[in-house]
Amino acid sequence: MGETLVSLWNLVPGWMQIGIYSLIKITIIVAPLMLAVAYLTWLERKVIGAIQIRIGPNRVGGGWGLGQPIADALKLLFKEIIIPSNANRFLFIIAPVLSITPALAAWAVVPFTDSLVLANIDASLLYILALTSMGVYGVIIAGWASNSKYAFIGAMRSAAQIVAYEIAMGFALVGVLMVAGSLNLREIVLHQQGGFWQWYFLPLLPLFVVYFVSGVAETNRAPFDVAEGESEIVAGFHVEYSGMTFAIFFLAEYANMILIAALTVLMFLGGWLSPFPFAPFTWIPPLFWFLGKTVFVLLFFLWFRATFPRYRYDQIMRLGWKVFIPVTLVWITVIGVARFFTPFGSFFT
Amino acid sequence: MIFTELALHLFGAVMIFAAAMVVTIRNPVKAALFLVLAFFSAACVWVTLEAEFLAIVLVLVYVGAVMVLFLFVVMMLDINLARLREGFGDYLPIGGLVAVLLVVEMAVVLHAPEFGVDNMPRPEPHGADYSNTRELGRLIYGAYVYPFEIAAIILLVAIVAAISLTLRRRPDTKYQNPAKQVAIRREDRVRLVKMPSAPRPDADRETPT
Repeated sequence: MGETLVSLWNLVPGWMQIGIYSLIKITIIVAPLMLAVAYLTWLERKVIGAIQIRIGPNRVGGGWGLGQPIADALKLLFKEIIIPSNANRFLFIIAPVLSITPALAAWAVVPFTDSLVLANIDASLLYILALTSMGVYGVIIAGWASNSKYAFIGAMRSAAQIVAYEIAMGFALVGVLMVAGSLNLREIVLHQQGGFWQWYFLPLLPLFVVYFVSGVAETNRAPFDVAEGESEIVAGFHVEYSGMTFAIFFLAEYANMILIAALTVLMFLGGWLSPFPFAPFTWIPPLFWFLGKTVFVLLFFLWFRATFPRYRYDQIMRLGWKVFIPVTLVWITVIGVARFFTPFGSFFT
Repeated sequence: MIFTELALHLFGAVMIFAAAMVVTIRNPVKAALFLVLAFFSAACVWVTLEAEFLAIVLVLVYVGAVMVLFLFVVMMLDINLARLREGFGDYLPIGGLVAVLLVVEMAVVLHAPEFGVDNMPRPEPHGADYSNTRELGRLIYGAYVYPFEIAAIILLVAIVAAISLTLRRRPDTKYQNPAKQVAIRREDRVRLVKMPSAPRPDADRETPT
């Protein structure tokens, strides 16, 4: 049996073998990611419930409500997809696809551990930046194709916000690549070896804060969720979406949240490295550190949502253009000057 | 090898189709979206030609930023589609002439012996560890650092000029000063007034007996 399988496998042409291998690897990454998205919604409800002294989901699947995300997914699957009259049918359907594709494709270059990465490409940092900037199309097209005023207002707000915060985000990443001397995420993590005091969040503290807050804004999460703004424009760009099309937007938002958290961990919190480079901590597998740190950062997303009221729109624009971009520019200059003209250069390497 | 060639032709075909749709489709929003598709296919073609850095930058700058702003404007225009078709016949000869001229020029340039295979051989493919980001960085910030810096300054001047040309001061515009808003204290807004309390005339009726 085993021999026949091997001989069958050898009959497959070489490029198709590579394709099949890649497909298997992609499945291994995407399937747990989808599960993580489902249980992130559960975690969000539980955490915000705890913050607001409620219980949260507690009926479906035992006292912890662990079956709730599955029940929600099934419910959304069976709901009807309603297409508004005079909406652009093709663009209306393709918008959620356009928003989830970059959210998933970016995971191709995320190194989970030293060796566990789908594509260890050289400019992976740029690749991630390029793909996350694609996500805005899903939102804009959804807003336009819905043929609805509220959806359109939401899309416009979101487009302006994402373009503004992307610049600050890009500059924060410039700081990272100046310090690491590489655009490769794996090498950036390897540069941070040797305990948590070597991680980049210390020398790049302003950039770390700017990057994380911009990440919250990029994913349209509270307190930056004016694109949805329930109290003013109902649900923003996805007001006309129902059933599975809405679920895809939802999936994309949460997949992006996990991505931003994972990137923050990789670039500022030492990726899969353990915080203490000595015995009891190095026994724990690196994948655990990576996932643990990602969950830790994700908890901040949930905490923000439970704590802060929604920003006013002009405040969001002011924060992006007049605070974050100058802060990043100043810190990039500080890094450059410190490295080449002052004795503190070693702090920034 | 055969796979990358197939991919190259596929992306090229998509790009030409998208480019043709940009100029033929009537709806301007759809035309802008086809332009996005054309840029993206161009980036894919560049990846197959080992220019990964340029491809990613094309997606980042044109697809991620320029076209978003473009769409932003196009979506807010109130365009009468019927009027757009008027005069199509009048412009067709001129447009066709320009298109034919462009094709002829490109054919002449590309068929010139200076661009032949003898003068410009196919570059050697590089190994997997070759980083063209690093090479590009070395050239831009090493060999060509002064031209690059001059280009940067010219662009900066252009930005300042463009902004100052469009900047109109309107004295009647009302705007908020966030610094003042943040610095506001309760005493600035609320005034507690202490009033002497006098007994109401019918107060004795409410007291329990």
